Amino acid sequence: MNQDPRLAPPVRRIIPRQAGTVVEPRSEPAPSAAAAVASAAQPAVEPGVQSGAWQDPVDMPAPPRAPTTTHSNVVERMRLESVWLAYGDRWVVRDVSLPVRQGEVLALIGASGSGKTTLLRSLNRLTEITAGAARAGHITLDGEEIDGLEANDLRRRISMVFQQPNPFPMSVFENVAYSLREERAARRRRRRAGLPGRGPRGDQLRASVVEALRRAGLYDEVGDDLDRPALGLSGGQQQRLCIARSLAAGPEVLLLDEPCSALDPISTATIEELIVGLRESVAVVIVTHNLQQAVRVADHVAFMHLGELVEYGPSQQIFEHPRQQRTRDYVSGAFG
Amino acid sequence: MEWLLRAITISVLVVIGLIAAAILIEAWPSFEHNGIRWFFPGGDVDQQLKAMITGPQEPARYNWHFRGWPLIWGTILTSGFAVIFALPLAILAAIFIVEIAPARVRRVVEPAVWLLAGVPSVVYGLVGLLVIVPWVEHDLISKAQKHSVDYVVQLTGENVSVATAILTVMILPIMIALIVRALQTVPRTWTEGSVALGVNRWRTIRRVSLRAARPAIIAAAVLAMGRALGESIMLSMVSGSRGFAANPLDGATFFFEPVRPLAATIIDYAEGISVAPLRHTLYAMGAVLLVSTALFSLAGWAVKQPLKRYGIGT
Amino acid sequence: MEGALNATDSSTLGVSGARKPPATLRRSQRPRERLAGWPIADRVAWAACWVVGVGVSLVTAAIVLLMAVKGIAYLHPALLFEHPSAAVAQSQSGGFLDPIEGTLLLTAVGTAIAAPLGVAIAVWLHEYGRPAGLARATESAIEMTAGGPSVLFALFGLILFARPVLAFLSQTSAGGSVSGRSFLTAGAVSSLLALPLVVGATREALAQLPARLREASQALGKTRARTIRKVLLPSIRPGIAAGVVLGMGRIIGDTAIVIFVLGATLHLTPAGGLPGLSALRGEGTTLTAYVRYNSPAGEGLAPNKAYAAAFVLMLIVVALNFAVVRLGSGSRRKRPFARWRPARAGSAQ
Repeated sequence: MNQDPRLAPPVRRIIPRQAGTVVEPRSEPAPSAAAAVASAAQPAVEPGVQSGAWQDPVDMPAPPRAPTTTHSNVVERMRLESVWLAYGDRWVVRDVSLPVRQGEVLALIGASGSGKTTLLRSLNRLTEITAGAARAGHITLDGEEIDGLEANDLRRRISMVFQQPNPFPMSVFENVAYSLREERAARRRRRRAGLPGRGPRGDQLRASVVEALRRAGLYDEVGDDLDRPALGLSGGQQQRLCIARSLAAGPEVLLLDEPCSALDPISTATIEELIVGLRESVAVVIVTHNLQQAVRVADHVAFMHLGELVEYGPSQQIFEHPRQQRTRDYVSGAFG
Repeated sequence: MEWLLRAITISVLVVIGLIAAAILIEAWPSFEHNGIRWFFPGGDVDQQLKAMITGPQEPARYNWHFRGWPLIWGTILTSGFAVIFALPLAILAAIFIVEIAPARVRRVVEPAVWLLAGVPSVVYGLVGLLVIVPWVEHDLISKAQKHSVDYVVQLTGENVSVATAILTVMILPIMIALIVRALQTVPRTWTEGSVALGVNRWRTIRRVSLRAARPAIIAAAVLAMGRALGESIMLSMVSGSRGFAANPLDGATFFFEPVRPLAATIIDYAEGISVAPLRHTLYAMGAVLLVSTALFSLAGWAVKQPLKRYGIGT
Repeated sequence: MEGALNATDSSTLGVSGARKPPATLRRSQRPRERLAGWPIADRVAWAACWVVGVGVSLVTAAIVLLMAVKGIAYLHPALLFEHPSAAVAQSQSGGFLDPIEGTLLLTAVGTAIAAPLGVAIAVWLHEYGRPAGLARATESAIEMTAGGPSVLFALFGLILFARPVLAFLSQTSAGGSVSGRSFLTAGAVSSLLALPLVVGATREALAQLPARLREASQALGKTRARTIRKVLLPSIRPGIAAGVVLGMGRIIGDTAIVIFVLGATLHLTPAGGLPGLSALRGEGTTLTAYVRYNSPAGEGLAPNKAYAAAFVLMLIVVALNFAVVRLGSGSRRKRPFARWRPARAGSAQ
């Protein structure tokens, strides 16, 4: 019954979290920083997943020396292996290999046109709804090829926040409940997969919405009236609402595409704080033009230039001792 | 220049206002003589209208008697059902054009819809009369059905079903056009944001795009209702041209009973418009159409108001 | 550029770009939906959209084909140049020269009235629009006109133009009563059909103009009126033209006004006065009224002629449609239906 991977939704995060539960990564919690590094190098493997799929290709990046910041849980969730992306005949991403880890923030930096956003969009297969876009290479989520998953299940697990805040023209509550209500629509598939048949409703739905708003740090500001129109919020609030909307679906990976580029410095600071707080429960990938922002939030940084991954490493290394001349030029140019 | 433009605008506005005023004034005598019974059932409408022509021609002895229910019922049946059928079809077609059709298919479907919108109503009437009506008359209506009601009315291919079906096709393209325009203006960031949350394309369309297009859908329904109410030529050609109130209690036969809506009646009796009582009665029919169109516009406006709060339909 | 990139040291951590592009790609030339994973209801709805979309096109195709087949079968060139006659036999009832002339004349009059008025109203609404109450009233009046039944306009025209004051527009019978029926009066009433389309198209075109155009002109010291005349109106000409053509389509397609306000006579009946103006003051008919007259619903009883005339009517409609598309493609900047694909190939960085 569960043979077809498209029919079987992701086993974990599709079930909305109860308020207060700590989000666990898929692997056993690693007790120490050393173990964290080890588990990053040796990705956690769920029972039943073929470990053979995890063979490192020859030129995969070596495991990083040490994360800039130490967390209790650093677990590799996604892996990109020689990913190529094209629009029509034009290559916009060339042969990129990267790990994406939960417990830390990965920042993609680089000039405009370096392929950062396209790469980010390919992680949850949004490039598929773009005509002319094509991809080669492997992207895996917990060892499973993302192409083997049902696209909408995948996007539920790997959620995305866009550059421009894009709340729907509904109330704040409905915005956050949007993807939760969707689970009711998918209940038939869920039942077939042996999951509880219903998405949350009533009080449970409300609790999930409130929890998502809390995690996005928005509840204190809008909690008094969740029925207010979302489009009436300020830009920063709208963006946090979008983050809350993404979190409500219980994603395992959160993709942020320059989430602060349209916001003022104060909103930016709030959101950066929020991002750093989220890395414990979800793997966070952020695309940013703003190097200071990368310094502030990122544990690992990937510098892209004209579609190529020039350098990848711990944040400190990239910003203080870049190995590549191009990285040095870019980083120092930005730092004056 | 501003005063010139404003003067033009005001004069056109006055003319448009005059339309309503003139029709209502001209309609008044008919309502005055019949009172509220103008809208009631009672006797054969066609005989009543003919009696106005044949009746005495001195103002004091004019024959005013008129009971309009069969015509009103015909209008309700044809316009109401046409809009009810056309609305979901128009929504699906608009979604198809904007969101679903591959570019090559769309390049055919879109002009086809615009062309359909341009087909004159007399052409619909002709096609209906020469193609659909004979087919319905010979192949769909059974002898027994004809027989069952021939003491009141003759069943032909010109009937309520044919009229409603053609009317549905006629109002479809305008509705599609309005909804298509609204769907096109739904920001891509909304639909993309929804897809990025793992909501499939269809449900994204339903829950975000259609939601945002609701004001246009209402406007489309109102406009289509106006067109359906006012459609005269095609209906006068295919609806049976008989002031008969088709009776749903007749079962399957009901679908083949003739009706004649108000607008079609005005056209059918155009020749007698110089006869005073008939003229006033025809204007009274026009007044009913005018008021109902206005009421539908008003209702559409009222329905749209609450949507503005969440930032759509502004 | 590519050479320089490929020269990068590939041994460094996480560096890419040294290898050749892969030969096989997962291409999505057009976003393909994978419906397999969807709930059944969603798949049914998706299919319903296809059915309706294709169905509407098939209906159009059926009407056009029917008209073409019947039209070509019954249309002889002679029909276009013969006056109609009231004979009972189809072979003797002549052609439809008069209806064609009538259609052209009525459309010309209606458009000539609607176009300037529509543009004036649109410009006033968009560029001035004060007092706001008047603007709102105008907007709703125009909206009502767009949805208004033409038979109401016809009834109104009949009252208005039968006034003795307006007798110069039509004919006056020996008894002194004004008929109110002529190309001038019918054209004036028909212009109400075209008016909302002209206003709508003009407003839309004005709204699409970049604000800098206006600012630049005014910065050069031109007055507002001059800006409108010399800068704005010339640049929205295709938009206005598209609206006018759409309006012509509605005038050509209408029958009710012809029956009530033009008289729907068999021939054009010029009435006195100057040679050019006489036809305008006279009654007449158009193709739509002719089709109705010859259909089984009318008295002409010449369905073949009705088909032939309807075919000519359809040819005009198709031609107008093409004109709108041509005009529209020039002015419409927003590619409709461009969603789900990037604005430019590289809109994502």
